[in-house]
Amino acid sequence: MMGLTQFAFHSMAAAWLQFSLQPPAASSIAKNVDEVYYFLTGVTAFFTVLIFSIIFYFMIKYRRRPGKPHDPETHTSMFLELSWTIIPSLICVVIFVWSSALFVRNSRPPANSREIFVIGKQWMWHIQHPEGPREIDALHVPVGENIKLTMTSQDVIHGFYIPAFRVKKDVLPGRYTSVWFKADRTGVFHLFCSQYCGTNHSEMIGWIYVMSPTDYAAWLAQGEQSESLAQQGARLFTQLGCDSCHGTAAASTGPALAGIYGKPEKLADGSTRVVDDSFLRQAILTPSTIHVAGYPQIMPTFTGQVNEEQVLQLIAYVKSLGAQERTNGQ
Amino acid sequence: MSTTATVENLPSSSAEPQVNYLNARYGVRSWLLTLDHKRIGLLYLGTITLMFVVGGIAATLMRLNLIEPQGALVEPETYNKLFSTHGIVMVFFFLVPSIPATLGNFLIPLMIGARDVAFPKLNLMSWYIFVTGCVLMLYVVCTGGVDTGWTFYPPYSSSYAHTDVFLAAMAIFIAGFSSILTGMNFVVTIHKMRAPGMTWFRLPLFIWSLYATSIIFVLGTPVIAITLLLLGVERLLHVGIFDPALGGDPLLFQHMFWFYSHPAVYIMVLPSMGVISELITAFSRKRIFGYSFVAFSSLAIAVISFLVWGHHMFVSGQSVYAGLVFSVLSFLVAIPSAVKVFNWTATLYKGSISYEAPMLYALGFIGLFTIGGLTGLFLASLSTDVHLNGTYFVVAHFHYVMVGGAVMAFMGGLHFWWPKITGRIYPDLWARFAALIIFVGFNLTFFPQFVLGYLGMPRRYAMYPAEFQALNVLSSAGASVLAVGYVIPLIYLFWSLKYGEVAGPNPWGAKGLEWTTQSPPLTENFLKTPIVTEEAYSYETAPEPEVVRV
Amino acid sequence: MSDAAIVHGHGDNPTHFAHQFETLEQQHDAGRLGMWVFLATEILFFGGMFMGYTVYRSLHPAAFAIGSHLLDWKFGGTNTAVLICSSLTMALAIRSAQTGKKKGTIIAWLILTMLLGATFLFLKFRYEWYHDYIEHTVPGFGFHYRPEWGAHAPQVQMFMCFYFFMTGLHALHMIVGIGILLVLTWMAARGRFTSQYYAPLEISGLYWHFVDIVWIFLFPLLYLAGGLYSR
Repeated sequence: MMGLTQFAFHSMAAAWLQFSLQPPAASSIAKNVDEVYYFLTGVTAFFTVLIFSIIFYFMIKYRRRPGKPHDPETHTSMFLELSWTIIPSLICVVIFVWSSALFVRNSRPPANSREIFVIGKQWMWHIQHPEGPREIDALHVPVGENIKLTMTSQDVIHGFYIPAFRVKKDVLPGRYTSVWFKADRTGVFHLFCSQYCGTNHSEMIGWIYVMSPTDYAAWLAQGEQSESLAQQGARLFTQLGCDSCHGTAAASTGPALAGIYGKPEKLADGSTRVVDDSFLRQAILTPSTIHVAGYPQIMPTFTGQVNEEQVLQLIAYVKSLGAQERTNGQ
Repeated sequence: MSTTATVENLPSSSAEPQVNYLNARYGVRSWLLTLDHKRIGLLYLGTITLMFVVGGIAATLMRLNLIEPQGALVEPETYNKLFSTHGIVMVFFFLVPSIPATLGNFLIPLMIGARDVAFPKLNLMSWYIFVTGCVLMLYVVCTGGVDTGWTFYPPYSSSYAHTDVFLAAMAIFIAGFSSILTGMNFVVTIHKMRAPGMTWFRLPLFIWSLYATSIIFVLGTPVIAITLLLLGVERLLHVGIFDPALGGDPLLFQHMFWFYSHPAVYIMVLPSMGVISELITAFSRKRIFGYSFVAFSSLAIAVISFLVWGHHMFVSGQSVYAGLVFSVLSFLVAIPSAVKVFNWTATLYKGSISYEAPMLYALGFIGLFTIGGLTGLFLASLSTDVHLNGTYFVVAHFHYVMVGGAVMAFMGGLHFWWPKITGRIYPDLWARFAALIIFVGFNLTFFPQFVLGYLGMPRRYAMYPAEFQALNVLSSAGASVLAVGYVIPLIYLFWSLKYGEVAGPNPWGAKGLEWTTQSPPLTENFLKTPIVTEEAYSYETAPEPEVVRV
Repeated sequence: MSDAAIVHGHGDNPTHFAHQFETLEQQHDAGRLGMWVFLATEILFFGGMFMGYTVYRSLHPAAFAIGSHLLDWKFGGTNTAVLICSSLTMALAIRSAQTGKKKGTIIAWLILTMLLGATFLFLKFRYEWYHDYIEHTVPGFGFHYRPEWGAHAPQVQMFMCFYFFMTGLHALHMIVGIGILLVLTWMAARGRFTSQYYAPLEISGLYWHFVDIVWIFLFPLLYLAGGLYSR
C-alpha cells in the first residue's frame, strides 16, 4: 500500500516537477523519512475521512424533522471511551518508536565521515573544505560518501536545510552544531536557510552539487589552489605563538597536541572530556574555563585575535597532528 | 426546576423596551468606568476586533506579496515586518484574549448563576492594561514596525535588529498582565461563586475549558513576561543574557520563550473546544457524550501542555535525549484532544440536528481541528520534524488549529450568543453563507501550504524559488476568499443591532442558566439567585427553539 | 444594584460588602483565594529568573563565585534579618486586629512594618546599589571589566545583571507592599478593622510574607554563591 502510494507520487513528480508533492529523495535517509511521512499521512487521511463521514452520516440521518421525537439522553460507554483513548495511543506509540529510532540513528555521524565546515553569516553560507577550496552558497560533495558538516555562525542563528536530503540543523553563534548525510544520487539540490535571520533571510539560499567521486576529486584539484585548512592552521599556530607553549620540546608549558584529537583528556577536577572540535574551540577562546590535569592554567585567551574561520584552521591543524605519537606523556 | 427559574428570572412583561445592561445607563463614562462583566466583555470585543483587522491587513499584504517569486508588493525588509506584525498581533492581541476575555467575561457569571465575577474592578483594570498594550503595539507598527518574528529569537532580536524590539516586547509584556488578571478572576469566580446546586460536575463544559485555560494564564504568562523583560534589558543595556558574544546563551531564550508559548496555544484552543461542546449539544439537543471525559481532558491538556515546549527546538542544537522526552510528551498531549473529537461526534448520534450558522461553524471546527491536530503529529515525530520544522508545513498546521479551530469556534460562539448579548437576531441565511465561504476560503489558503512545506519551502521567506509559485498563487487566491468570508459577518452583525429581529430569552431552546434570563440580560443578571437541580445539557426539559429552521 | 461606577471610595458601609457576593464570608474566601492565585503567578514570575540564574550558574560557577564576592553579605544578611522582623510585625498587626485590639495598636504594628521595609530599601539602595555604581559594577551603567577576572569577565557581568534584575524586581515588590501598607494604615485609622473584619490585613499579609520568602531565596543564591570568603 505504501509502496504503491510512493510509486504513484514518484511518477507524478518525475513527470511534472512543478506539480510534485514531494521533493527529490536524494540521501540515504530520505526514503526512510518519507515512509514515516506517508504513514502519518495515511493515519491523518484515515481519521479525517472517518470523522467527516460519520459526521455527514449523522447530519443527514439525525437531522431535525418537525414532529420526530429524539432521545436527549446519552448513554456513556466506557468501552467506547477506552477504545478511542487506547487505539490512538497505540498508533502514537508506533509512530513515536519508529520515528525516534530513525532520528537517533541519524543523529550520530558515522565514524569515517568526510568533514566539511560551514560558517553562516548574514546572509551567505561560507563552506570550507579541509583540502583548501572554499565556496559561497554552494557545497560540492561526492555521492555515496558520509559527509559531516560542522557548522557555526558569525552573527545570528541560521538554519542549514537541504530538503532533498531531509536534513536540517540550526547554526548557532558561539558553538558548533553538526549534521551528516550521505547523498545517494548525483544532481543539484536546494540549500535553504531555515531559521529567520534578518532582512535577506530568503536570499540566504544556495545549491548542493552532488558529483561522482572522480568528478569530485577533479573539482577539488582544480578548485582555488590555496593551502589546505590544516596548512593554514599550521601557519597560524606559529604566527600566534602557540608553539611556544605547545611545542614538541620535552619541557613544554602546555600539553603537547600531537595525537590528542579524538582522545579523552583528563581534567584537573578528575573528570574526562573528549578532545573534539568544541573542546578545542573552547580552549582557544576561553582557556580559563578548562584546566587540564598536570598543567598550570595559564593559557591566554585568543578571543578577538582569531575569527571563526581561523579557529577552524587551528582545529584542522591539531587534527592533522593525529598521526604522530605523543612525546610528552602525562 | 429550570422552568421555575425561567419564570422567576424573566421580567413580568416581555414588551419592548425593557431595562437591560445595555440601556441601564448611558454615556461614555458609564462604559469606560463600568464594573459590569458584560460591558467589559463588549469592550474587549471591540478592541480585539480592531486588532484582528490590523493583523488581517498584514496577512493580506503578505499573501499579495507572495504571488510572485521575487515578491510582488514589498521589499524583503517590509515583508519581514509584516509577518512579525501579523504574528504578534494575532497571537498576543487577538487570539489569546479572544474567547476568554469576550465570551468568557460575558458568560461565566451567567452560566454559573452569579451576579458578576469575583473581582469586577480588576476586570476593568485588565481591559485598560490590555488597551495600553494594544496602543503601544499599534504605535510600534506605525513607527517602523518590528522585524524579529513573533518569536523574537536572539541574538538577532537583542543585537542585530534595527527595529523597535524593546517597545514591541514591552507592549506584549503589558498585555500579559491583562491575561494574568483575567485568569485570576476566572479561577476565583468559578471556585467561589457558583449558584446553589451548581456542583463542579453540573458546570457547562465551557466553564471547565475556561478554568483549564485560566490555569495556563496564571502559570504560563509570568514566564513570557520575565523572558521579554530580560530581552528588553539586554536590548537596552547591551548586557549579554542571551548573546553568546557577551557570554550568554541564545538557547536559554528559546527554552524560556516556548515554556509559555506552547501552553499559550492551548490558551487559544481550549476555550474554543469549550464553545464547541456548547454548540454541539444545543444544535443536536442532546446531552454531551462522555461529560467527565471531556471535562478532565481539558485539565489534562492544560497540565501536559507545560511539558512539551522542546518540540519547537528539535533542530536547535538541543540534545537527542531531550528530543526524545519532548517527542513522547507531545504525542501524549494529542490524546485528550482526540478524545474530545470522538465525544463530540458521538454526541450527534441520535440527536435532533439543525444547521444554523453556529452549528456549521462547530462542525467545520471538528473537521479542521482534526486535520490540524493530526498534522501536529508530523511535528511531534522527530524524524519528520527535522524535515518539516521551519517550513510552510508548520504554518499550515498552526493555521488549521488556530484559524480553522479557534477562530471558527469564536465565530460560532459569537453567533450562538449574539441574541443573548445584543437582544437581536442576525439573518441566518447570510450567516450560513459566510460560514461556508470561510470554510472554503480557509482550506484553499492553507491546504496547499502543507504541500509547500513538504516540498521544502521555508517559512518567513519574502521571496522563493519559482517552482513554488503555483501553490503560492493558489494559497493567495484562497486568502482573498477567506477575507470576503470575514467581512460579511462584520456587516450583518452590525446591521442586526438596529434592524435585526428582536430576540426572546431563548431563541435556540438551549439549556444553560444564561438562557433562563432575558435577552439582553439585566445588569445584575438574575432577579433571584437560581437554584440548580439538573445536570448540564438536560435537553429532556429544554424549551422548544423559537427560531424554527431546518 | 445597577452599573455602579464605583472607582474611588468604598461607600459608607464600613465592611465594604461588594454587590457580587452573597455573603461576607464568600467575599473573604474569594479574596484569600485570589491572593493565593496571584502569589502563584508571582512564583512563576520570579521562578523564570531563578531558572535562568541557575542555568548560568551551573555553566559558569567560577565567574558566578567572583560575582558573588562583589556583594557584601553583611548588608544582605542584615537586610534578611530586617525583613524577617517585618514579617513578624505584620503578623502581629493582623493578630491585633483579630483579637480586637485598639486601632492604635494595629497602626503601630503596621507603621513598624513599613519602617522595617523602608530600612531594607534604604540599606539596599544607599549602601549596596550606590556602592556598586561607584565601583563600576552596574551592567549598562559604566560596567568595568577588572583584569583579575580574566576570561570570566563577561559572565561576571551577567551575574551582576541577574543580581540587579532579581533584587530590583524584589525591591519593586517591596515598594508596592509599602504602598499597600500605607493604604491599610489609613483604613485602620478610619476604624475599619474589627475582630470580625480584617480580611484586607490578612490578604496583604500573605503578599508581604511572600515578598519576604522571595528574599530568603535570593540572599543565599546571590550573596553566598561563592562561599563567605574569597578563595
